[in-house]
Amino acid sequence: MYDFAYQKPGSLADAVKALGADGDAKALAGGMTYIPVLKQRLAKPSTVVDLSGLGMKGISVAGGVVKIGAMTTHMTVANSAEVKSAIPALAALAGMIGDDAVRHRGTIGGSIANNDPAADYPAAALALGATIVTDRRSIKADDFFTGMFSTALEQGEIITAVEFPVPAKAAYEKFRNPASRYAIVGVFVARTAGGARVAVTGAGQGGVFRHAEMEKALTGNFSAAAIKGIKTPPNDLNGDIHASSEYRAHLVGVIAGRAVAKAG
Amino acid sequence: MPQVTLTVNGKQHTVEVENRTLLVEVLREKLALTGTHVGCDTSQCGACVVHVDGISAKSCTMLAVQAAGTSVTTIEGLAKPDGTLHPMQEMFREHHALQCGFCTPGMVMSAIDLVNNHPGGITEQEIRDGLEGNLCRCTGYHNIVKAIAAAHPLMHGKA
Repeated sequence: MYDFAYQKPGSLADAVKALGADGDAKALAGGMTYIPVLKQRLAKPSTVVDLSGLGMKGISVAGGVVKIGAMTTHMTVANSAEVKSAIPALAALAGMIGDDAVRHRGTIGGSIANNDPAADYPAAALALGATIVTDRRSIKADDFFTGMFSTALEQGEIITAVEFPVPAKAAYEKFRNPASRYAIVGVFVARTAGGARVAVTGAGQGGVFRHAEMEKALTGNFSAAAIKGIKTPPNDLNGDIHASSEYRAHLVGVIAGRAVAKAG
Repeated sequence: MPQVTLTVNGKQHTVEVENRTLLVEVLREKLALTGTHVGCDTSQCGACVVHVDGISAKSCTMLAVQAAGTSVTTIEGLAKPDGTLHPMQEMFREHHALQCGFCTPGMVMSAIDLVNNHPGGITEQEIRDGLEGNLCRCTGYHNIVKAIAAAHPLMHGKA
């Protein structure tokens, strides 16, 4: 790891200032991805700004929306009675990230800001039509995820919370890499007021994406049978030593079917 | 050089670190607590698991500066001063839940947290799922699972 300066601001305004003043400064949330990145010398920040002194933790449910503070850990979401009751698929997803020790420290804000192409939370945010709340604005999930490891966040912009509208039903399924346990393909399906939404993670070259053809079919008939036979073009999917793009394309159909069946 | 003050196994320490120093490096190299191991160094194997404010964490994936002000428990902090083992350690011995022993400190620390989080009882499947982040290349896990199941009633005062 290259060395860096370290700051742990006590207020959101100070954190925004520290990050905004220096283009090479980087925010640290739970560090479950960023510390491994630093250890591999894939990043060389001038300053690491630790967000753990800002609060931004906790879960509230009101008006059909589950609001989760950005520094809330995966373990807290997985065990939350409120999330389990309002959006059980979201609690289940949080419980499928990493392992216990990772879930104790990893945060929803960190996961969404990083937009790893195999991360789980971006699929939930996109499929549920979540709103990402930052220090300065609210961003719709549809506008937030702009590509692999890329988001609409500006330099120094900090996620403070994520708001998930409660769907009629939803489920998440993933096919894990047997070694790393990351999603080779993960599919989050939701039946929302605006129709069915399907988000695929792990597979796309541009990160998480919505599956328009499946959404159309499921909006008419929310059943696994409705999407049976829908093909996913492999052209824009990842291919690597773990799974070819053709295999991922096949898995998208299989895993989406399982997710719809699970949603019931 | 930055200084970090933290409590380890009940004793407060102030150590000089670099901002990039990992918690596990402080434990092993500054405090000579070499029971906490570094296996994969990529937060997958769990040999480095310690408790930070009572909760399991991978000390190879935490900066020492992040641990400032916390209370850390390592494998060395489990046994009583007279040498009486923690029930989890005792059950690992009783059930022969280790062979080479490299993963054992992390296994024991994760197992204690797991049992603490299941006060009402724990199933074999919950134990196996709970060990997702701890790799053992010797035992095949069976005796580790047995040891944790046996430690549960002892830790919750039901035996």
